[in-house]
Amino acid sequence: MRITCPCCGERDYGEFAIYGDASRQRPHMDDTDFETWYDYVYTRPNPKGRHVEFWQHIQGCRQWLVVERDTVTHEVYGVSLARDVVTLPEPPKAQAGGAE
Amino acid sequence: MMAQSCRIPNGGRVAHDAPASFTFDGKSYQGLKGDTLASALLANGVHLVGRSFKYHRPRGIFAAGAEEPNALVGLREGARAEPNSLATTIELYDGLIAKSQNNWPSLQFDVSEVNNLFQRFFSAGFYYKTFIGPFEKSWMWYEHIIRKAAGMGEASTEPDPDHYEKVYKFCDVLVVGSGPAGLAAALAAGRAGARVLLAEQDTELGGSLLSAPKGSSSDQWLSATIGELEKLQNVEIMTRTFTWGAYDHGNYTLLEKVADHKPQPDEHEVRQRSIVVQTGRVVVATGALERPIPFGNNDRPGIMLAGAARTYVNRYGVLPGKTAVVFTNNDSAYEAALDLKSAGIDVTIVDARAKAPDELSTACASASIEVMSGHAVVGANGRMRVTSADVARFDTKSGVSGDVVRQIPCDLICVSGGWNPVVHLSSQRGRKPEFDATLAAFLPGEAPDNQHHAGAMVGTFSDAAAASSGFEAGAEAAQEAGASKSSSTLSTEGLSDAGWEMPLVPVWDVKPGEQVKKRKRFVDFQHDVGVSDVELAHTEGYVSVEHLKRYTTLGMAADQGKTSNITGLALMAELTGKTIPETGTTTFRPPYNPVSFGAISGQETGLHFRPLRRTPLHEWNLKNGAEMINVGAWQRAWYYPKGGEDVNAAYIRETEEVRKTCGMVDVTTLGKIEVQGPDAAEFLNRVYVNGWKLLKPGRARYGVMLRDDGLVFDDGTTSRLSDTHYFMTTTTAEAGPVMAHLEWLLQCCWTDLKVHVTSVTDQYAGIAVAGPNSRALLQEVFADIDFSNEEFPFMGVRETEYQGMPVRVFRISFSGELAYEVATPSGFGEAIWQAIYDAGQSHGLCLYGTEALGALRIEKGHFAGNEIDGRTSIEDLGLAKMPSTKKQFVGSVMRQREGIQDENRPRYVGLEPVNPEERLRGGALIHPHNGPHAGHGLGHVSSTTYSPALGRFIGLGFVEGGLDRYEGQLVDACYPLKGWVVTCKVVSPHFYDPKGEKQNG
Repeated sequence: MRITCPCCGERDYGEFAIYGDASRQRPHMDDTDFETWYDYVYTRPNPKGRHVEFWQHIQGCRQWLVVERDTVTHEVYGVSLARDVVTLPEPPKAQAGGAE
Repeated sequence: MMAQSCRIPNGGRVAHDAPASFTFDGKSYQGLKGDTLASALLANGVHLVGRSFKYHRPRGIFAAGAEEPNALVGLREGARAEPNSLATTIELYDGLIAKSQNNWPSLQFDVSEVNNLFQRFFSAGFYYKTFIGPFEKSWMWYEHIIRKAAGMGEASTEPDPDHYEKVYKFCDVLVVGSGPAGLAAALAAGRAGARVLLAEQDTELGGSLLSAPKGSSSDQWLSATIGELEKLQNVEIMTRTFTWGAYDHGNYTLLEKVADHKPQPDEHEVRQRSIVVQTGRVVVATGALERPIPFGNNDRPGIMLAGAARTYVNRYGVLPGKTAVVFTNNDSAYEAALDLKSAGIDVTIVDARAKAPDELSTACASASIEVMSGHAVVGANGRMRVTSADVARFDTKSGVSGDVVRQIPCDLICVSGGWNPVVHLSSQRGRKPEFDATLAAFLPGEAPDNQHHAGAMVGTFSDAAAASSGFEAGAEAAQEAGASKSSSTLSTEGLSDAGWEMPLVPVWDVKPGEQVKKRKRFVDFQHDVGVSDVELAHTEGYVSVEHLKRYTTLGMAADQGKTSNITGLALMAELTGKTIPETGTTTFRPPYNPVSFGAISGQETGLHFRPLRRTPLHEWNLKNGAEMINVGAWQRAWYYPKGGEDVNAAYIRETEEVRKTCGMVDVTTLGKIEVQGPDAAEFLNRVYVNGWKLLKPGRARYGVMLRDDGLVFDDGTTSRLSDTHYFMTTTTAEAGPVMAHLEWLLQCCWTDLKVHVTSVTDQYAGIAVAGPNSRALLQEVFADIDFSNEEFPFMGVRETEYQGMPVRVFRISFSGELAYEVATPSGFGEAIWQAIYDAGQSHGLCLYGTEALGALRIEKGHFAGNEIDGRTSIEDLGLAKMPSTKKQFVGSVMRQREGIQDENRPRYVGLEPVNPEERLRGGALIHPHNGPHAGHGLGHVSSTTYSPALGRFIGLGFVEGGLDRYEGQLVDACYPLKGWVVTCKVVSPHFYDPKGEKQNG
């Protein structure tokens, strides 16, 4: 596989480390809802076909990337710097219960 | 030395003026340069070269290339002995030593051939049937007999003395194969200016053209084409290089056999080179392999593929026999028959088709070759060498023979059942081959990803047409790879454009008629799979080809069924009443040919297996007598023996000296991360479980971080150097993962935080100085700092310079003693270490290594990597009060889960053997005292040491419910592998100075 790093250009995938699914929104730091966090930590899509994933160019610029890839053909549709595409979560509405 | 009795004087393309001597099974022979071991053996009239895998049947040379299923030999001796080498691809060199395999006591007389008589017991599924159910236990008894009887050659037990390497290459167009199609493709792409890599597994370029008689008109085309290619600067030609794997995004793997044609590699030369090529486009011109037809005893020495016989005659100048029967169902074997006849071999053609092709029949008549159409060879006679062929009437529709009408005396049977295109590289890319009924063969189908297909691998068999298709594919590939469009044309002058006059009629099996002797008909020679095994698998309900393959092991040997797969599945199709396309093929996977482990590991062996990390104090440690130990990729000082001490004596002394006076230890390997930016405090507050906002510059704090799932990830101290600058330390083992985790949080989660993290593990040397005298010692070295307890309290941080070298001093303690850690840029590490060491001589300073470091921390009850093993929660480690309740942090919600909060989880405890002299073992299971000693127990022992401070062995571990449930009670630490049981008392893990008066004082 080849991944085109936005900083370093086209490189062999052996230079990168995969972290996994990038489609989930990380909950807000102040969100104490258990189900929300459970869902984020454990529930993951495992699609056949297009999938967005976090990869880090560990043997290059060390930037975290969001790679859109086909899990069947390994075709790469796009690579972005994660910092450019991730969105910040909304602060939670007032919650009852949850963590202290 | 025997004369080469079967060599054609001046025949073939071998060098008659360059003889090469070799031995086979201890007997000396002579061959010629340009021979393979197989052709040299045949030149000496040797056909019998091995015994088969299961039945130990005598086997000969069947093919002339990489598809050879039979002629597997042991090559070379001693450390360079290589089993299962193909005699048909081993280049002959002077002094070559080879031996036959799989026979005892000798090739001529093999005791295990009795297996052949019991073959009904060794049929498909033999292992499954025999060794499950009531007979399962009998495996123990049979195993050693079967292991001796079955199997392939023997590998050397000595280390491989040769070097291998792995290299990367890039090209616009990779051309695989150098037959007419491959050469023309390389020419087209080369003329267009593309960077071309032409890879040929053979020693010479030419492919099938090399099997044409020497002096054929195709020879001129070949030399002209090679001449032009060699002049093109942008074309790289690699021979002895096979392409074995096709991967995503144009990634291909090749193996170059650099020195396999020599007794041993030259000095500093690699034996084999593994090449990973990043290709723009690929022209696959891998040709086609001939397939056999199963008939009775079709595995006897002296039976070979028709094309192979032609190659031995034309390329190697060898007569594989004097009298030949050529058994075919297609036109291609006529060419072989005519060439054999010209070389002086008597030939009879047995054509299964009802009618022989007119033109070829005429050619045969004028060459005095008898053609028997509508017949088949139903059986071969002779054991060590074929002596005659039983020929019978044959109807291709019923597939069953009539009675034997003639027994033709012969010493060679050539067989051709048609040709299978080599579709491996296309199939490896996930493209299902498509069945072509006319050729009765699988074609690759539409070329996948960046491939272009040409020549015989797409069923284009005539030389001229193959070259034209290659030229077209090469031009197209070059253009798609970005080269200019070329208007050049290809001359095919000299290449034959003769195609097949009459279509092939598929024959997958010659079933003997009622009156014909029943003999084993082999499909897969290498794994001894016969037609009867396929039939048995079908009878027992196997329908899918994938199941057939695994049950009968058809196509699973080292040749991966190059000559047998298609026949096997055609037979299955026949049995199930399905068509061949409905039955389908199994998937081809890399590698195409066997690849040695040496080539795959390349340079990455021994010291080069992974990078070795040395601290800036490494050389100093070695000079001063340190015994080193590998800790992950790092080498660390383990202990510093004095006067012949062993590790135990040394670490106990070092531990005592630290507690009595002081000691210093190299702690460079701890992870170090600079955390900088206006939001650094907020960042740390989210990363660690405890609060960081109130930490003042000049102070350090111990922190624990969790993973998102709420379990403990890592710990360490982090110091605040200024308002916006922190210096984090991590454990040695988790330095990399923590760094990646922090980068992930900043780049993927909290992009609004203005923080930058930089790994400085390699940039700083770390020196810990511990013991009651450490204060006085460091005061002497770093006089600018006031080391008094009031001015520089526990968890204080100071920065200074020593002779212009910047130094950070942290008052932290891993040993429980009054202690400091000194960090300085790596280049100054040895100078600062030496300064402290010199000054320490008057303070009773000792050097201590990782073993004493461990003993000190276990006495103190500090947990480390053995305890933070990815399964422990912060409560398990006894730090329930540490997480802040005023903020959220990574893992703060998930750690509240019931399972993690369960009070009965194994929790952190200290262990004291009741007998203080009794040693505890790490990893021992903890069971209730006096049993039962069964199951997973109550927990386990994680760390152990002898404690000089307590004068006894101690340990750390985890016990269900921890101190609350077990403090003061007895448990048994069991080491079932050795049958050891050590009764221990459960105590607080803080054995030494539990109130911390020493480190704080």
